[in-house]
Amino acid sequence: MPDTGATELPFPANWHRRDLLELQCLRPDEIQTLLDTAQTLKDLTGGGRNKLSLLSGKTCANLFFENSTRTRSSFSLAAKRLGADTLEFSSAGSSVAKGETFVDTAKTIQAMGVDWVVTRHNTPGTPQLLARELDCSVLNAGDGAHEHPTQGLLDMLTIRQHRGGLEGLTVALVGDIAHSRTARSNLWGLKKMGAHVIVCGPPTLVSPRWAEIGFEVAHSLDEILPRCDVLNLLRIQFERQQARYFPSVHEYAALYAMNADRMRRAKQDILIMAPGPINRGVEITPEVADGPHSVILEQVTNGIAVRMAALWLLAGAADRQGSRHGESENPQTAPQAS
Amino acid sequence: MANRKTLKLHLKPLNLRGSTMSDLLIENGRLVDPSQGIDRIARVLIREGLVAAIDPNDEDIPPQCTCIDASGKIVAPGLVDLGVELREPGFEEDETILSASDAALAGGYTSILCTASTTPVVDSPGAVEYVRQKAAKANGVRVYVVGCLSRQQEGDQMAELRLLADAGAVAVSDAPRPMCNDALLKRSLDYCRMLKLLIIDRPEVPELAENGVMHDGQVSLVLGLKGLPTEAEDLAVARDVRLAEATDGRLHVGPVSTMGAVDMIRRVKSREIPVSASVCPHNLCLNDKALESFDSRFKVHPPLRSPRHVETLIEAVVDGTIDAIQSGHMPRSREKKMNDLNLAPFGAATLETTLSTVATFLVDANRLDWLTAIDRLSTAPARIASVPGGTLAEGSPGDVVIIDPDLTWVVDAHQFRSHCISNPLDAVELKARVTHTIVGGAVRFELTPGVNMLANA
Repeated sequence: MPDTGATELPFPANWHRRDLLELQCLRPDEIQTLLDTAQTLKDLTGGGRNKLSLLSGKTCANLFFENSTRTRSSFSLAAKRLGADTLEFSSAGSSVAKGETFVDTAKTIQAMGVDWVVTRHNTPGTPQLLARELDCSVLNAGDGAHEHPTQGLLDMLTIRQHRGGLEGLTVALVGDIAHSRTARSNLWGLKKMGAHVIVCGPPTLVSPRWAEIGFEVAHSLDEILPRCDVLNLLRIQFERQQARYFPSVHEYAALYAMNADRMRRAKQDILIMAPGPINRGVEITPEVADGPHSVILEQVTNGIAVRMAALWLLAGAADRQGSRHGESENPQTAPQAS
Repeated sequence: MANRKTLKLHLKPLNLRGSTMSDLLIENGRLVDPSQGIDRIARVLIREGLVAAIDPNDEDIPPQCTCIDASGKIVAPGLVDLGVELREPGFEEDETILSASDAALAGGYTSILCTASTTPVVDSPGAVEYVRQKAAKANGVRVYVVGCLSRQQEGDQMAELRLLADAGAVAVSDAPRPMCNDALLKRSLDYCRMLKLLIIDRPEVPELAENGVMHDGQVSLVLGLKGLPTEAEDLAVARDVRLAEATDGRLHVGPVSTMGAVDMIRRVKSREIPVSASVCPHNLCLNDKALESFDSRFKVHPPLRSPRHVETLIEAVVDGTIDAIQSGHMPRSREKKMNDLNLAPFGAATLETTLSTVATFLVDANRLDWLTAIDRLSTAPARIASVPGGTLAEGSPGDVVIIDPDLTWVVDAHQFRSHCISNPLDAVELKARVTHTIVGGAVRFELTPGVNMLANA
């Protein structure tokens, strides 16, 4: 693998963030910068054939309190392709199992001298708490049902590569919106970039309240299908469902699975996406998942690109700003009286 | 904020535990006593632990009488709390009877009812006796025990209610757990009619609230946090008030937090059903948007609701549909609250901020006058629990709070006397502060500017 270490990349003037916690708080121009940078790095690394040394000497810690294979691997590869070292940490068998709080664990990892902590946790808001406690950069790799910003970005990058942009497109997120961090990151990201976003699924998984904040709510996939440019089929998260939100998988598949029959009623150039891992036969049938409209594997490739971009941008901001101490960023969360 | 009078306040080390009762004259203060409808400058004379006279003649004032100059201050009956978790025995890392007593005094409370979030639970006369003895030793605030309604708080069969009452329990409840067994609640309401014993229910249907962390609404939807739906409270309140009506039993529901609860309580009260209700101060001034910080100090129960609920609760306090404001003091240790939002327990130390919260967000905001505020914080809860206090009528206990209504201060939970340092109003500037708390004629708390502030004196 040739090392094109001499590459110099101009640092975008509009980027000042040292953490990537959520897409809800990002401005459209910041999302644009992330996507542009991801595309640039994807091209520069030639899809993994070239390795850059933009981040050599830095260390990325993967601090995962929840099982993950693909996101963790993707972050590791992204760090390595830019020349950074990686440190793997998972909660099983660690001090977390011995009762240490996640903040203490993160501080321990930071004390080993890391530049980024990539974190996944089943409770919303844990990356925010870490960002308040740690000096290094924090990347959210999924916090409960809250957000999964790099997943949202890689989905947007994939759409953009096929359609040239996001503005004006109709994108439907189908399935378990209630428990999906992927859905929330996609919702905010797509909305900010000018797409029309539909959330579709049974009312037990798609709250009518989404309509109050600017998203179209639908319960029938068949009704919205002819209008959709992109379908993002969310995984039914069996492990997150403490209660039954629909009568059976069989009935769910009948209503929401993307199959050959539905493909015939969709737009000619519809893109079929899924954040994976996919449940074949539940939200998507094999012939659709493996068919010509499916961009599921491209999403995986783009995942590395957006994670490279995120690591590089956050490190650049941190290098330019120095220690967090003395910054006014310390989020004083004095409550607002109503 | 910059130009306001913000005194740098310092608390005198609390070394008053042994202070002797003496005759006490509180002069020049604005007496606010809802029980007598008094709101005027008056002198209060306390002799032998009891209120001897309002505006006594000079010749009736004993010569060795201690005088407190309450110029510019409010003098009111000491506050009464309908439900404080003491956590002792079993959870002394969260709070002890002694630390809660100190916290209560600093907050202007002279009487508190304590609920049984302890191990063992207070479901036997011996357990009631244990709490009473510990409280007597603390020799601070008056502690009234709320016994368990069901054995082991299991919601299966009645505890020995008469024996609990004989041992000194002033009410029974499974709080902080809700009473989930409808049949048991109905039978208990029937049974307690004979004992004239108050039942307190903390209304919630567990199946609807399961694993909830915050108010179920737009904010929880966006944050991806599991919600506590208002229906979980509404359904429990509906059942509670209906059973109270059916049995004519004496029932208190609270703390409540929803429009639905207020609506149902208002309706049964119009039919003169003997139901009373209470609310926590933070539910009157904060809403669910506070959780956008993901800070566990806003994880309280009942949860901070949306602004519509907050407004409805304020209106209900103003019009008396909600009778009482209770601190909602649910102390939990720092290490427990340090966890992420799912793992951190519900709870906050609010005894020391309740009065100032009400003063700031209701009185200063012109929603409530002082007379009504003191009624909701003192007179009404004393009446509901049938405990002495809540009044400064002649012959009543010399339980007094003196408040400086113009003093502004910034909450610093690390300075709390409570073991718990989590409070949803931490770092917020509040108006009005307790300067003296007098129990049975003895000054048990005094706020003194100029002395180094020592935490947990």
